[in-house]
Amino acid sequence: MTRPFGRVALVFQDRESPCLLDSFPLHTPLRWRTLNHMVQCQQAHLDASFAALSDATRRGILERLGHADASITDLAEKFRMTLTGIKKHVGVLEQAGLVTTEKVGRVRTCKLGLRRLEEEAAWIERYCQLWDERFDELDKVVEELTRKEKSDERKNRK
Amino acid sequence: MNARIESKPGPVKNRTTVERKSDREVVVTRTINGPARIVFEAFTKAELLKRWWVPKSMGMTLLSCEVDARVGGKYRLVFDHSPEPAAFFGTYVEVKPYSRLAWTNEESGEGGPVTTVTFEEKGGKTLVVLHESYPSKEALDAAGTGAADAMVETFDQLDELLVALGESSGQ
Repeated sequence: MTRPFGRVALVFQDRESPCLLDSFPLHTPLRWRTLNHMVQCQQAHLDASFAALSDATRRGILERLGHADASITDLAEKFRMTLTGIKKHVGVLEQAGLVTTEKVGRVRTCKLGLRRLEEEAAWIERYCQLWDERFDELDKVVEELTRKEKSDERKNRK
Repeated sequence: MNARIESKPGPVKNRTTVERKSDREVVVTRTINGPARIVFEAFTKAELLKRWWVPKSMGMTLLSCEVDARVGGKYRLVFDHSPEPAAFFGTYVEVKPYSRLAWTNEESGEGGPVTTVTFEEKGGKTLVVLHESYPSKEALDAAGTGAADAMVETFDQLDELLVALGESSGQ
């Protein structure tokens, strides 16, 4: 069973006008400016990361790990999956660099690999910035034309 | 005398959302405060398009903007760019007035995306859904940095300026 996870919103709080992104855990740190410098160097990892994020259970695991580290057993209980099933998901996340695991004794603990997640969010943030600015300007143009049309209509009716 | 009083539309800012749907697709959505007919015109008439297409923060000036929004028609936007002007161009592949528009992006050869935009009017506002589909995931990854590089530079400059101002005012 997958959690009723659906879309998770990430709102950029340091922006004047918030930009809503889907499919990212809530607890991603927001340090975009410094991040932008890193992004270019690390394109190769993006594909694996986005593929990893395309699954609702895996996004749920990331969100869970955003609150606290958890063992494979914890996660299996939480998501009502077999140990093997959870291990597979964690494996995909680990390969993408989104999660790190450490085995102490018989317990494997999973942690969020935050750095990689920031890269993905930064990638989308750039895209979002571009379109957000464009659409703000479009709004102005459309509002002006709509106003003009309405006043022309009124003039014609007189 | 005009009996109708219109409430002045306040500066209500709608949200822009961006979602990477798959390895090759990005979807951008935004509600625009106006009817689909006018939003569609703002996309398809050169004199309107050039008023909003280039964000100020990109620090680029549009030298020319030609739009022939018919199926098979071309568009061409030329920017003031160093060392020489940069052109963005392509062909309209779908033009369905007030509801749907699609064009190719050919400036970088065959690897360019196809952009599809749908316009859905509801209560006087228009939901714009813009879908960019790239032929390969590598092309999409590259677009994330390519298109917005100029903007990042601008922000870097702003950062430097803010640091400089902070230092001087702290003295």
